[in-house]
Amino acid sequence: MTAATTTGLVAYEDAVRRYDPVLGIEVHVELGTLTKMFCAAEVAYGGEPNTQVTPVSLGLPGALPVVNGKAVEYAIRIGLALNCSIAESCRFARKNYFYPDVPKNFQTSQYDEPIAYDGWIDVELEDGEVFRVEIERAHMEEDAGKNTHVGGSTGRIQGAEYSLVDYNRAGIPLVEIVTRPIEGAGERAPEVARAYVQTLRDIFRTLDVSEARMERGNVRADVNLSLRPTPESPLGTRTETKNVNSFRSIERAVRYEVSRQAGVLDAGLPVIQETRHFHEEDGTTSSGRVKSDAEDYRYFPEPDLVPVAPSREWVEEIRATLPEMPVARRRRLQTEWGYADAEMRDVVNAGAIDLIEATVSAGTSAAGARKWWMGELARRANQDDVMLADLSVTPAQIAQLQGLVESGRLNDKLARQVLDGVLAGEGDPEAVVVARGLEIVSDDGPLLAAIDDALAAQPDIVEKVRGGNQGPVGAIIGAVMKATKGQADAKRVRELVLDRIGQ
Amino acid sequence: MSTISRDEVARVAALARIDLRPDEVTRLAGELDVIVESVARVSEVATADVPATSHPLPLTNVFRDDVPEPALPVQEILAGAPQQENGRFAVPQILGEE
Amino acid sequence: MGTNDMTSDITRLSASDLASALASKSVSSVEATQAHLDRIAAVDGDVHAFLHVSSEEALATAADVDAKRAAGEELHPLAGVPIAVKDVVVTKGLPTTAGSKILAGWIPPYDATLVERIKAAGLPILGKTNMDEFAMGSSTEHSAFGNTKNPWDLDRIPGGSGGGSAAAVAGFEAPLAIGTDTGGSIRQPGAVTGTVGVKPTYGGVSRYGLIAMASSLDQAGPVTRTVLDAALLHELIGGHDPHDSTSINEPVPGVVAAARQGATGDLRGLRVGVVKELSGEGYQTGVSARFDESLDQLRALGAEIVEVSCPSFTYALDAYYLIMPAEASSNLAKFDGMRFGLRVEPEEGPVTAERVMSATRGAGFGDEVKRRVILGTYALSAGYYDAYYGSAQKVRTLIQRDFAAAFEQADVLVSPTAPTTAFKFGEKLDDPLAMYLNDIATIPANLAGVPGMSLPNGLSDDGLPVGFQILAPAKADDRLYRVGAALEAALESRWGGPLLNRAPELKTTELAR
Repeated sequence: MTAATTTGLVAYEDAVRRYDPVLGIEVHVELGTLTKMFCAAEVAYGGEPNTQVTPVSLGLPGALPVVNGKAVEYAIRIGLALNCSIAESCRFARKNYFYPDVPKNFQTSQYDEPIAYDGWIDVELEDGEVFRVEIERAHMEEDAGKNTHVGGSTGRIQGAEYSLVDYNRAGIPLVEIVTRPIEGAGERAPEVARAYVQTLRDIFRTLDVSEARMERGNVRADVNLSLRPTPESPLGTRTETKNVNSFRSIERAVRYEVSRQAGVLDAGLPVIQETRHFHEEDGTTSSGRVKSDAEDYRYFPEPDLVPVAPSREWVEEIRATLPEMPVARRRRLQTEWGYADAEMRDVVNAGAIDLIEATVSAGTSAAGARKWWMGELARRANQDDVMLADLSVTPAQIAQLQGLVESGRLNDKLARQVLDGVLAGEGDPEAVVVARGLEIVSDDGPLLAAIDDALAAQPDIVEKVRGGNQGPVGAIIGAVMKATKGQADAKRVRELVLDRIGQ
Repeated sequence: MSTISRDEVARVAALARIDLRPDEVTRLAGELDVIVESVARVSEVATADVPATSHPLPLTNVFRDDVPEPALPVQEILAGAPQQENGRFAVPQILGEE
Repeated sequence: MGTNDMTSDITRLSASDLASALASKSVSSVEATQAHLDRIAAVDGDVHAFLHVSSEEALATAADVDAKRAAGEELHPLAGVPIAVKDVVVTKGLPTTAGSKILAGWIPPYDATLVERIKAAGLPILGKTNMDEFAMGSSTEHSAFGNTKNPWDLDRIPGGSGGGSAAAVAGFEAPLAIGTDTGGSIRQPGAVTGTVGVKPTYGGVSRYGLIAMASSLDQAGPVTRTVLDAALLHELIGGHDPHDSTSINEPVPGVVAAARQGATGDLRGLRVGVVKELSGEGYQTGVSARFDESLDQLRALGAEIVEVSCPSFTYALDAYYLIMPAEASSNLAKFDGMRFGLRVEPEEGPVTAERVMSATRGAGFGDEVKRRVILGTYALSAGYYDAYYGSAQKVRTLIQRDFAAAFEQADVLVSPTAPTTAFKFGEKLDDPLAMYLNDIATIPANLAGVPGMSLPNGLSDDGLPVGFQILAPAKADDRLYRVGAALEAALESRWGGPLLNRAPELKTTELAR
């Protein structure tokens, strides 16, 4: 092993110009079942240590695993959502390695017989570009317990005096999803990596198979990266980066590894195949433990479990219950609503899809819904520093408000005042209109009176307009609007003014 | 024919996390060598057309419902622990100097 | 003297006779249990069948059963009959060591399913019996807690790995015992101690709570003095267990009815297959002679004897000594000093988890266990899997096929249970392969998952017991009992009583009262 010389980092833009990055991403998702993968211990977040453990999940002598049927169903749902083939028959396998958080000193997983394989998903980047990621496999396995390192200067593994182990998490069902090498992302590799994991997260939530919160560890990502001189070159040596705990970290980790590996290669040195640890504080990665013999997991079929052979009928039953996937839903809605790509992207980025969909369901046009949510409401949310969905107005209310505008009872300015009232908790738009008396005056009488007053106050305007200059009409309209506190339909006022002057 | 050398025994013992004295390594190497030579005969009949059997009985799809059962009481779990602290198993430092 | 007479009377009863006595209230369960505890105290100093005697718990169960009987409650047929349990089976609140130092002092927090059934039926548990460490052996000499002696000759082995259960039953310390059989560990001790031992069809008895050796081969089963007793116990412990994914989801085959029916002695229409590869060379003269006589006996009862050949059986031992250590090496990984059992720190150098694990296992495992764990780890390691473990699993397929073909020609298959009678302590310790050969006739059944029984069929020229093995197709355990009961009845009629009547009387220690 070479000495740990720190070669320089190459600026990212420079690195991606001269090297082609290839990604591989492994995602583990914790399934939201009530019980563990192989025993009936309850799964609940944040329990007291070692209170959610049975002889099976503690790995006591004599204990035996029994497969959680719900977890199998969830795994199949995930596989189908990822466009995978579902195995006709698959087995669990033992992955043998010694580690205190692995109670049996082997993990029951799947090796050469995953439950789902050969899939793909389309990942949408922020600017709308679509990238297809191929999925090699998705398989079932169990989680390990949790070590807390005690003593030592940093509290991390090296240098700790001892560790405390809690097995509550041991045995929780996981599905591991492995991509094929992701090629062709070029300088967008960091974004692709991030968007891929986000897309998966959205899928898990839509499928309702997991809470899917990265910050809670429900979704974990390990990022593999290698560089090669050109896309035609053979694959380079890859590193695996762990401890990537947020979407942003994924992006940063990829950028850093590209820069670092470019520096190593530029110096004429080989990239060492190893596991690296991502550092949240500064966005760097460092060498983790170098695995020597630990790679020999001595996989063999799990003799305590029998094969899982999902019937094709069962698989189709599950497929029929799958909800629409997020990407497909977005495309369908965009078409239905007639939004341009950029418009739809803004809606997605603002998190406004559900709100607009609900508003449209309540009877508004898609254009009208977007006008409010992406216009005035977005501005207010920004101003108050809250999410759109946290504003105190419902899609039904917006639909009602837009309806009032379209029927001519409110103009835009009045509508904004009504909105103020709704946001202040004064009730539905109708109620606010009545309570505040904000309706557009529909009776010509008061308008004519106001017009006459305005004309009387500015007699020279009549001459000018009769002379062919329509410009000053605006001043009359303005005066009328002021007199009516804005509760006049400007168009109608103009008609009446011209009519009056014409006389 | 394959032989199991002392080095091989030492390597496998490390993989299996079993400390062996040097005399044990030597003895085991001799014993295992004899055994392995004998059992290696299995490859004679284990031709490609014969499928492997990992289970004596052809069961499939044995599942349980996703219904919780009571957990083991914490005190009972920790009762047999060589060392424990605050409801957790205390284990020596993991991965010392490398 | 009176008490001793009654004691020895009670301990001489078969379980089924004792059950009748209990049912008719001519003896109480407390009396019966105490009688066996007294017997243990009197002879186990020499025999050393037990690692732990649970007098208090046993008597409490006995008292409870007596009270329920007095109140007229309906009880299981075996309620109140004491039983011993091999120390590889997890018993809540009772020490469980699997014959190993690495588990010395461990008290399990849960019961094996078969123990739950025994407790639910009201059988007082006398204690835990000695065994080869982690069930690895054929003589019980590999126990970390000393040898168990064969009641027929205290200088000889009682068989293994379940020598303790067999010796306890042969020495009248218990009328019933539980054993486990991975390669013959119930049947071979049965043969060398003159007792009955049955390995049920794989999956017939729950493995939940059996400290695993080889998961695809292990089965728990009855160790008794009569075929009927074995049937009664088999029925009690057998049946589906949702905690064991490999347990058969069907009712236990009608073993008790088969035993009773078989005892009437009519075997007409039965085809008995003699497996060429399991008899003949390598078997002691006396063993082969008793075997041939038993075949004659079966003929006399109306059975047709045919010869069958199972060529792949010659590879059975090899396949077994690859599959079993491989699975065992993985099953024994959990013994590492982190969560339970022995923890040993390295004498010098840093005290890290890895080094403590290695030091613990180095100090806590005996020689045979180390041998098999390393062999198994080797067989699974990268580059060797296909040649060793992978190939062995293929041999398993061939063995299953040979059994299937043989069972087309015969209803049951028979052989001598073991190649020799009980050998002297130390005779085979230096030659592991020689020791492994004790299981040559019993191993094929474990690989295929089919059920097997050993029952005593006479004494060899050396005056030591010989066993007769019967094998049946998977899930046809009842056939074992039909044939076994028939042979047993015929033999005992010729002998004028059970074979064990001819065992030497054990020297009894003065009972301290």
